[in-house]
Amino acid sequence: VEASTGRRPGAGIRALAGRWESILVLIFVAVIVFNSLASPYFLNPANLLDTTFSFVEKALIALPMTLGIIMGDIDISVAGIIALASLVMGLLSGAGAGTGILVAAGLGTGLAAGLLNGLLATRFGIPMIAVTIGGISLFRGIAYAVLGDQAFTKYPQPFAFFGQGYLPGTHIPFELLVFAVCAVIFGLLLHRTTFGRRVYAIGNNPVAARLSGVPVQRMRLIVSCLTGLMSGLAGILLTSRIGSTRPNIASGWELEVITTIVLGGVAITGGRGHIVGVILGIFLLGFLKFGMGLINVPGNVQNIFAGVLLILAILIPGYVARAQERARLRRTRGSG
Amino acid sequence: MKRLLKRRESTLVIIILVLLAAVSLRARGFLELSNLNDILTDTAILVIVSIGQMMVIVTGGADLSVASGIALTGMSVAMLNWQVPGIPLAVLVVLALVIGFILGSLNGLLVSATKIPPIITTLATLGIFRGAVFLESSGQWVSAHKMTEAFRDFPHAAPLGISNLLVAAIIVAIASAVFIRFTRTGRNIYGAGGNRTAARYVGIPLARIDFLVYAISGVLVGLAGLLWVSRYASAQNDTATGFELQTIAACVIGGVSMLGGSGTIAGVVLGALFLGIVNNALPVIGLSPFFQMAIQGFVILAAIIANSVVDRRTQAALMRTRKL
Repeated sequence: VEASTGRRPGAGIRALAGRWESILVLIFVAVIVFNSLASPYFLNPANLLDTTFSFVEKALIALPMTLGIIMGDIDISVAGIIALASLVMGLLSGAGAGTGILVAAGLGTGLAAGLLNGLLATRFGIPMIAVTIGGISLFRGIAYAVLGDQAFTKYPQPFAFFGQGYLPGTHIPFELLVFAVCAVIFGLLLHRTTFGRRVYAIGNNPVAARLSGVPVQRMRLIVSCLTGLMSGLAGILLTSRIGSTRPNIASGWELEVITTIVLGGVAITGGRGHIVGVILGIFLLGFLKFGMGLINVPGNVQNIFAGVLLILAILIPGYVARAQERARLRRTRGSG
Repeated sequence: MKRLLKRRESTLVIIILVLLAAVSLRARGFLELSNLNDILTDTAILVIVSIGQMMVIVTGGADLSVASGIALTGMSVAMLNWQVPGIPLAVLVVLALVIGFILGSLNGLLVSATKIPPIITTLATLGIFRGAVFLESSGQWVSAHKMTEAFRDFPHAAPLGISNLLVAAIIVAIASAVFIRFTRTGRNIYGAGGNRTAARYVGIPLARIDFLVYAISGVLVGLAGLLWVSRYASAQNDTATGFELQTIAACVIGGVSMLGGSGTIAGVVLGALFLGIVNNALPVIGLSPFFQMAIQGFVILAAIIANSVVDRRTQAALMRTRKL
């Protein structure tokens, strides 16, 4: 179509402006400007790095969930998995386990929970979102059953490093490094491997994918396990950061994680999305929430904001795409 | 007889009877009429909200915003009752239904007019409604002494011989059973949930049905909101948190398929009763109430698996009769 109508001046800019990621960058800049006006301390590099503590744990879960959502599987049990992983670590820590065992237990619990979700979804042909509705209750419920209104607060001293520590001699939080490494791994996995191509194939048309030899069920199982594993990792970092385990730990996180992903331009109906967009979405929402904190917006009210943002982030790109399609049709009709 | 035994409702009745018998072996008083009445009263709100949830699930969606909706309606009427005690109860009831309808309509509009998956839409409104409760109350509670006596007594008053809570649940159950079984619109709800492409071809007004089920769910949420805060004589910012999962549990236990297209009101009522009995039995058999959520999660997963196995068998049986 572009060839037949000829390249117009400024078409490149228009294409760039139409990209969701470009819009995100613009909003991102606006948020930074707003925040630095709201607080003179915001743009201080050390402070800026410290704000990342408030969202990198959610960001870690957003990475595998991006793969899941592109594939058409939405896992809403992730916050429950964090509670379960934190519970297991708390139990072991109470029994005198060392830091290494705690980390292994956190990852192992997450993996096991993801495996359970994945097996139920693939073996019984139940949508992932339905399975994980049960999963939310089960995982967090176990934490409630064991803890009741109690909390674990006894963790070994070295364990605190994961969620509170900085890289030696810098202001860079260890959590941020973990996220950076994971983001690169997931970016390469999604955009540079056969595995990644298959994720898109399944998301666009699972039947066609299966008929062309993509092991759809195995892929879904693997992504579910990855989601569990990363939730376990987020559980380790969060538990280490706040130094305690309560059964309501991380409650409501699923809403924010899904909002982040959708804000990053991933189609909630599957098939489309890019890790770079999701990373932009993570930082955008993180700084936005930080800015709201600066002007004293309470957490509950920030939820209104997350909800509205989630709906708008799904609706607006759809309307933009349709408007562009109409404009394109008019152009072709006009020239042909 | 064989067909009757195979139905989910019959299985549930048997399970419930066994459960009752087992618990009463541990605690003699469990089967007494007053305790059974307590269980029914405790379950009434769950029954009411689960019925709306069921209609939504039958169309292939799910309404995660019900608990936040209960909190928002409940806080609204409780604050009104506190600030303007002169408003008659009947007006508050109507108001609660209207607020619920508005909340449900918002979900309904979003689901029917956009391509956002219903669970995501209602996850968003879950956050929005919950945040709105906080905005409305500025974080304060409306506690018992701020409510009028008539307001607090409403759920337990029994002008008809049984408590208003039970009356409400029974009316909702019967009315919705008649609606979904015997009216064209009611049957269309099932049609909308099975195969949506086929539904469109046979002329089922999908957008209207989608809107309708969320609106109905909203109205029932409104009713439940008023009953909730008056029954517990307290409206808080975290009222009913997590209750949406209980309503979904009641549905899947009652045989409603999460894929949409099937489920009965009787099944949902029994599913809710099952959960109500389990919750009431926990302290009796010496387990802390904190076990409730885990048991519920386990039962949801078990029920989802059972439903999917049944679905597959039905499919296989259908395929056989077609003699392909």
